[in-house]
Amino acid sequence: MRDVAIVSFSQLPSVKAIDATDEAELVQPVTANAMKQVGLTQDDIGFTCSGSTDYLPGRPFSFVAAVDGLKAWPPIRESHVEMDGAFALYEAWVRLMHGDIDTALVFSFGKSSLGSVPDILNLQNDPYYVQPLGLDSISAAALQAQAMIDAGRATERDFAEIVARSRKNAIDNPNAHIKGDFSVDEMLEEPYISSPLRKSFCPPVSDSAAAIVLAVGDRAKELVKRPAWIRGIDHRTEPHALGQRDLTTSPSSKLAAEKAGLVQGKVDLAELHAPFAHQELILREAMGLGDEVSINPSGGALAANSLMTAGLIRFGEAASRILSGDATRALAHTSNGVCLQHNLVAILEGE
Amino acid sequence: MSEILSAPYVLEYTYTRSTGPVVGRFLESLRYEVLEGVKTADGRVLCPPLEYDEEGEPTTDEFVQLRPSGTVKTWSWVPEPRKGHPFDRPFAWALIQIDGADNAMVHAVDAQNAKRMRTGMRVRLRWADEKHGTIRDIACFEPMASYVPSPVHLEYDVNPGKHYSAYLRGLQEGKLIGGRDPEAGKVYVPPRGADPMTGNPTNEYVEVPDVGVLTTFTIIRIPFEGQKLTPPYCFGAIVLDGADSPIYHLISGVPHDEIRMGMRVRAKWKPQDEWETSLENILYFEPTGEPDAPFDSYKEHL
Repeated sequence: MRDVAIVSFSQLPSVKAIDATDEAELVQPVTANAMKQVGLTQDDIGFTCSGSTDYLPGRPFSFVAAVDGLKAWPPIRESHVEMDGAFALYEAWVRLMHGDIDTALVFSFGKSSLGSVPDILNLQNDPYYVQPLGLDSISAAALQAQAMIDAGRATERDFAEIVARSRKNAIDNPNAHIKGDFSVDEMLEEPYISSPLRKSFCPPVSDSAAAIVLAVGDRAKELVKRPAWIRGIDHRTEPHALGQRDLTTSPSSKLAAEKAGLVQGKVDLAELHAPFAHQELILREAMGLGDEVSINPSGGALAANSLMTAGLIRFGEAASRILSGDATRALAHTSNGVCLQHNLVAILEGE
Repeated sequence: MSEILSAPYVLEYTYTRSTGPVVGRFLESLRYEVLEGVKTADGRVLCPPLEYDEEGEPTTDEFVQLRPSGTVKTWSWVPEPRKGHPFDRPFAWALIQIDGADNAMVHAVDAQNAKRMRTGMRVRLRWADEKHGTIRDIACFEPMASYVPSPVHLEYDVNPGKHYSAYLRGLQEGKLIGGRDPEAGKVYVPPRGADPMTGNPTNEYVEVPDVGVLTTFTIIRIPFEGQKLTPPYCFGAIVLDGADSPIYHLISGVPHDEIRMGMRVRAKWKPQDEWETSLENILYFEPTGEPDAPFDSYKEHL
């Protein structure tokens, strides 16, 4: 296995709507910036991989247009996943294992503001049994949250406290979408969207883009003083049907964390991609993250949730704290699918 | 003016999907209002059926018919449905374990009120009127009550008896008739067969005025089944002058916080041309404005 590190990270501030941009215009600033931070250009990049979904802008093959935001001539080695950019990072990590290249550029973009995200995400559901019913993503998450309450594992106050902590953490994050001191009691007065989920227990819908540069071994050490080494990375998935799973647990994130090497040492912080407040509880319990671990110092997806980008931003936020020397060991996580079906975990480490 | 041009845009794909032998059989059965599950290799039943269980084992070709009822495993109440939801009125999403199945089905519960929803509740399947061989041939599920309707309906001819007839005939003429025990002298309004204190017949009729003392009262603030009036309203016991038993009627024409025991009240009658053999000839009792009766004067009637 080759040692792969995150050496730079760039993101656009997550906001309600970035109106004046097409795909290439979203991607260009973050890819250019991520490369510039380490003195590279597209010509120095061995492999480029992106994550996005065409249903957000409603334009088939919109990811192809995003390549215009790179310097793709002469032709480059390029790939795309219809998933969060964090899964593109996984593909790039695998590609770097081939041994013939030393650098990779990963990016993703999420222009969530154009359509109705909860309805678009119904397309993730089973097309025979669930999609025709119109199960939006908030209602699906609500079934999971109610199961948590029924199991005696959480209360609505727990949900509100997670939101309050996340959005308070985000005060120091210039790229967060929703931040500040929010009152737990006031949140608990909000009407239900789909019970037991109130507006604040759901993530914002944000537009953003992000990019990360990966480098191998000595190349990484040349580019930065303190690379954020990917010590382990693994992803696992569970059955698709909600009725085949215990929604209150996450065996896939538990296993992915084990395989990524979480147990081999303490982590200072964990950036968890838990768009709905109750999902943080499920993930922490599954991975055994106790109170000694700082959870989502960036604010997490409850403070900024650009679809297909929020997961890659978790990797970037965790890596930034290692690159800067503020943290030694960190966990980065991304989920994909309905009710945490699919989970990707990486352990990042400074020297 | 914004520099950015914007226009509505609709994306549709008119795809069809092949269903295969497992999903296809399940969906086809729904057309005939038949609910089926498929057996797994280890003997469990999946409804809705899947080609593979969660272990990745192919399911068998053995289908079992299931009762169209089940148990709610988790749920979510939607107060304001979105476009595309199965209802345009409040409803619940739920994971429902069909009786005899080992997994659960996502569907809607038409429960009218969130208070009817709880995990573990029993629900029955409601079929759609029109079937298309899709999951929506199941219109929804509905709460199953653990009781059945049990109404009673019997028809009678009512005879109020001699004394009550005298009372009702009096009301038809705008009079309040009581019955006196000739020995003890007590006057009962309405008259009754016998003075319960002495056992004597009270067959001496006397007319009492429509004025008396409000001895006690209550203000009704809660709604109940069969209620004719809109709360809040006041109901009181009135001992008419010369009577020894109270009649009960509405108290009105006075703010509720001014109603008090001992208040002097008078009947407010309907227009005479509407009078029948009924106490409803009196709309309510209202204050006369006279000084209150001293407590001692009516305490024996409480």
